[in-house]
Amino acid sequence: MSVDHFWTAFAFGPFMNALLIGLSVASIWLIAALGLAIVYGTMGVINMAHGEFVMLGAYSAFVLERYLGVPFLACIPCAFVIVAAIGAVIELGLVRYLYRRPLDTLLATWGLSLVLIQTVRLILGPEPKNIASPEFLNSSVQFWVFSLSLFRLFVIAVTLATFAGTWWLMHRTRVGLMVRAVMQNKEIASAHGIDTGRVYTLTFAYGAGLAGLAGAMFGAIKNVFPDMGSGYIVEAFLVVVVGGVGSLIGSLVSAVGLGEIYSVFAYFTNGTFAKFWLFLLVVVFLRFRPQGLFAESLGRR
Amino acid sequence: MDGKRRTFLKTSTAIATTAGAGSLGGFPYFFVKDAGAQSTPWVKKGDKIKVGVLFSLTGALAVVETDSNQVVQFAIDKINKAGGIAGMQVEPVIIDAKSDIKVFSEKISQLILKDRVIATFGGYTSASRRAMAPVVMARDHLLYYPTCYEGRECTQNIVNTGPLANQHSQDLIPFMVKSFGKKTYFVGSNYIWPKESNKNAKVWLEKVGGELLGEEYVELGGSDFSSIFNKIRQTKPDFIFSTVVGDSDIALHKQFKQEGFKVDKMPIAALTTGEIETRAMGAEFGAGHFLSAPYFQTLDTPTNKKFVEEYLASKYGKGGVTHYNMEETYLSVWAFKYAFEKALAKAGSVEAITPRMIRDVTPGIRIEDDVSPEGLVYFDETCHLYMKPKIGQCQANGQFKIVKAADAHIAPDPFVIYPERGVCKFDGLHTKDGKVLKNVL
Repeated sequence: MSVDHFWTAFAFGPFMNALLIGLSVASIWLIAALGLAIVYGTMGVINMAHGEFVMLGAYSAFVLERYLGVPFLACIPCAFVIVAAIGAVIELGLVRYLYRRPLDTLLATWGLSLVLIQTVRLILGPEPKNIASPEFLNSSVQFWVFSLSLFRLFVIAVTLATFAGTWWLMHRTRVGLMVRAVMQNKEIASAHGIDTGRVYTLTFAYGAGLAGLAGAMFGAIKNVFPDMGSGYIVEAFLVVVVGGVGSLIGSLVSAVGLGEIYSVFAYFTNGTFAKFWLFLLVVVFLRFRPQGLFAESLGRR
Repeated sequence: MDGKRRTFLKTSTAIATTAGAGSLGGFPYFFVKDAGAQSTPWVKKGDKIKVGVLFSLTGALAVVETDSNQVVQFAIDKINKAGGIAGMQVEPVIIDAKSDIKVFSEKISQLILKDRVIATFGGYTSASRRAMAPVVMARDHLLYYPTCYEGRECTQNIVNTGPLANQHSQDLIPFMVKSFGKKTYFVGSNYIWPKESNKNAKVWLEKVGGELLGEEYVELGGSDFSSIFNKIRQTKPDFIFSTVVGDSDIALHKQFKQEGFKVDKMPIAALTTGEIETRAMGAEFGAGHFLSAPYFQTLDTPTNKKFVEEYLASKYGKGGVTHYNMEETYLSVWAFKYAFEKALAKAGSVEAITPRMIRDVTPGIRIEDDVSPEGLVYFDETCHLYMKPKIGQCQANGQFKIVKAADAHIAPDPFVIYPERGVCKFDGLHTKDGKVLKNVL
């Protein structure tokens, strides 16, 4: 490999490792996107404050760990609960009143994101914070040609578990059945005695909670600062849109696909160029398949 | 500036002067700006000396620029307490630039035209400097740009107190090659300063026979280094040379450790990772890596000890550390003080002093050991500082141990890797065909 060359030569081991990194990137994008996918899919609300829920999750973990001494692994579920609670309050106090005005939700949630960023900055200061992760996660594992940090494997595992849990919740429980019913047709679901308002509150809270959980992990692998949410939101939207609105499986497939495309391009060229190609491919893809990979149940809302 | 615009300015000045400059207080300031600029003194006798302080207190740059803002106030307080400049108190006009380059250019206009400051301290990124520079130049005003930058500019309205790209890496690259080996990998943030710094670093790398295995840039704020580390694992450099800034820098160091790299086998040599960053990432991620900077909190001089003690005890020192960017900003206020005094000796009266005069007397000004925490620095004719860069290694407590200090002062040279463009001197860029270009950006 030479600097004068734009391309990296193919080498089997590092290329296989790039594929593994693709999975790791996909897991980060997927966990960031999951909450967005559920909220968007169920309620048709494009939540511009989703990135800030990620940020709130990271700060929850930071505060719990730093000031209350909660161990990092316990901070993750706690962040889920805390941000879910914040999400529920926001749904009841703001989003609830805007369901019939999708453009207004866009604006309101964007405004909300600014409010959240500035609130955190005023209370906790603008400087980046640091979440300490357990020592055993701060190392890497080698097997065959692969080499990956344990923390990234941990993120992959948590993402898969969360995804499986969410799928089970949506497809194997009564609550999930109600959510899917509301997703397909709000009025008919309502006519069957489903309290759609409550379903919306629960869904929004759950989506926010997932973002919080993601944030707690991102805080340890990267860092925690008030604007951090914007760094995840673009990829999260890409995953949701490419996957197809309302489809969990779609989000999974598109996250893995996009993550791998990114990582392979980044391996042969560089990260900046890879992002360029990724966005270009997504634009072309959406030109021919605007509904995304798996378009389920686009009923009336 | 083309001829047409100049004529317009003159005409408007004449009209405004006829209308009676100074008595136009009722008009919005942009109607009277040129009238005021010509006829009233920048500093009135017995009044305060007004200076602009334009840093971001909110937004992505607030982390570093809040410190810059605080240290300027700290220096001004200190100077005022000791009697001010030439017996006059200094009054800072503090504005939040909100990490937005539009705000930088808008607010520096306001500082010059409405607040009528005589000089402005501001900026931390090349983007913000480039946003302010055209305004400062058009008004023939004065900007103190107090941090490291890439060079390749020859301006007659900016005084720089940070190291240029050519001063930074001159010692660092040979030191790393000697201590760890010839092979290196460059990682930087994707904007002008890292790219220009890397061009400079390559020159030094070539001189000591080093080998560059790869060069990668991550977008500003980007925080995923897994692909880059994969290539680093593949190419096996002896050390990494980093010009990654801000939040990304913290992510870089964290992931270095999480990816299982060992700091004693392949350390990161950075131009950016100072005390503030190591504290934000957690010292265990910073320990063992190297930084080249003219200043470290641990510098063992009486002046620095006093500076650290006083700063941390003051109301501005809540951050708990001092760092190179802060110290360079601190120096800029002293540079202003000395230049103002020198200009006063020359002009005879404070009312005759203009921003242009202050800039023009700046070359040759020395900030001595007993004032400058990093030790003696002095200005060359282009208003950049001669300084001694030092190399520090981060310790387990997040502070740096100085492992090498330059023996002699290193000359600043903004065009060192662009000799074909000319030589930067006091009055502008002297090109090969004998022209002198003013304010080359």
